[in-house]
Amino acid sequence: MTPAREILLHTVPVDVFDTERIRSDFPALHQAVHGQPLVYLDNAATTQKPLKVIEVLDSYYRNDNANVHRGVHALSERATAAYEAAREKVRKFLNAQSPQELVFVRGTTEAINLVAQSWGRANLRPNDEVVITETEHHSNIVPWQMLCGQTGAKLRVVPAEDNGELSVERYAQILGERTRLVAVSHCSNALGTINPVKQMISLAHETGAVVLVDGAQAVPHLAVDVRDLDCDFYAFSGHKLYGPTGIGVLYAKMALLQDMPPYQGGGEMVKHVSFDHAIYHDPPLRFEAGTPNIAGAIGLGAAIDYVDAVGIEAIGRHEQDLLARATAAMAGMPGLRIIGTAPEKTGILSFVLQNIHAHDVGTILDMQGVAVRVGHHCAIPVMQRYQVPATARASFALYNTREEVDVLVAAVYRAKEVFG
Amino acid sequence: MMTDLRSLYEEVILDHNRNPRNFQHAPPAANHVAHGYNPLCGDELSVSLRLENGIVTDIGFDGAGCAIATASASLMTESIKGKTVEEAKALFESVHEMLTQQGSAGDLGKLQVLVGVREYPARVKCATLAWHTLQAALRKEQGTVSTE
Repeated sequence: MTPAREILLHTVPVDVFDTERIRSDFPALHQAVHGQPLVYLDNAATTQKPLKVIEVLDSYYRNDNANVHRGVHALSERATAAYEAAREKVRKFLNAQSPQELVFVRGTTEAINLVAQSWGRANLRPNDEVVITETEHHSNIVPWQMLCGQTGAKLRVVPAEDNGELSVERYAQILGERTRLVAVSHCSNALGTINPVKQMISLAHETGAVVLVDGAQAVPHLAVDVRDLDCDFYAFSGHKLYGPTGIGVLYAKMALLQDMPPYQGGGEMVKHVSFDHAIYHDPPLRFEAGTPNIAGAIGLGAAIDYVDAVGIEAIGRHEQDLLARATAAMAGMPGLRIIGTAPEKTGILSFVLQNIHAHDVGTILDMQGVAVRVGHHCAIPVMQRYQVPATARASFALYNTREEVDVLVAAVYRAKEVFG
Repeated sequence: MMTDLRSLYEEVILDHNRNPRNFQHAPPAANHVAHGYNPLCGDELSVSLRLENGIVTDIGFDGAGCAIATASASLMTESIKGKTVEEAKALFESVHEMLTQQGSAGDLGKLQVLVGVREYPARVKCATLAWHTLQAALRKEQGTVSTE
């Protein structure tokens, strides 16, 4: 247990979530937008950063900046130690067996591309099948389309139910002996649905397929244990977890990583190079060609410390409270349709208003200081599935308050007023 | 704050959004058609028109978009009908200038209500989509014109 968590547990009753104190940790929240206090509800796109993360980045560049795994000088040793300490923090956060199972990448997108181009190209044959779902983000669709084009494998899609859930029965029907890989989001970015990934992984393993879980929308909201899930690959981004942009993580079981060819070639990923051949490093360095995002990794480590200190379960409970309040208010609004009504959701509320396009909703909310995402959320197939051109999406984080939910609801009513 | 909102969502814009003119109107014997798409937000519309002796004798549009895109398309069809190709192109230039540059582009009549959009850079492409599509139709380009 980190000291910060100890302090928090001793000073805050377990069932009281001190948002005021948490908000004081996030400088960007304290500003006015169009003359109104900022209500930041675009957390599924990216979260604001706590001071601790900002300070760690600043301190790294002020004091320790050096390249990693290269120098014998003091700064390089400090930078390397901090970079590898961040990897260990990620290991604990995901409960991976070894820090060597964690590859630092730019984000979830790069992690998925890495698996597709390295594992996928080495293992897929014509007519093999890759199974995805109808509710995936483009980043968990396009890399597999590209891979299928390169290998002759086929893409199969599990349809989504009307409420945004995935049916395990329909999924099981699509799995078959040709299935080599399943790629599924832990939580849908457009709808908020928490998918039954543990069960899906177990079913895939029965057919001999490996499973990649896109955890970008899960790790900020719920405890993830990759060994309990038994997933083969798990990907997430730092910036949705209060960390910096440009840093993310690919978890992979060591047995898979050891057999995978490099994703990119360059420095740091090799033990020896001649003009005839190169001897590649062991994982994870084999997959980290070039100078990595050292500051980003260290910043991600600080973000994980922050989340640990507050407690991921407490964060999840708080966000569920906000979601329930927002859902109750919105569900009663005439002409409003909530897209994604699965019983198990993270704090994401996607909605459309009759006769008001999502972009107009977005602008009118912005004028009232309320930041939401409007558009297709990089999930055009989801929009087509629910027959909407776009939605407005409010997404909650640990620093949002019930009062902010009320501001959102009032702002949506105002949008309805403007459009009569 | 509501006053600010009204600077974008003027009554004329709201009216043209609620009751778009020349909407879902396919001119008989239309000889110029183009399809417009804004990949950023998914707005889609098509413009079809009848060009006779260099004059736009009839024009209509169809599709789905936000209030700004719809009102802009509606106002455009009203102002283009009866214009020569050269006049239509000149109007496109003036509207484009009004939406993207500070300062006056001259009196654009009813189209002037769109001027509020330029304070919202993220929304300028909503307003220009119909106009780009019109340009494509006049050039008789095939396929889809994109704002990106």
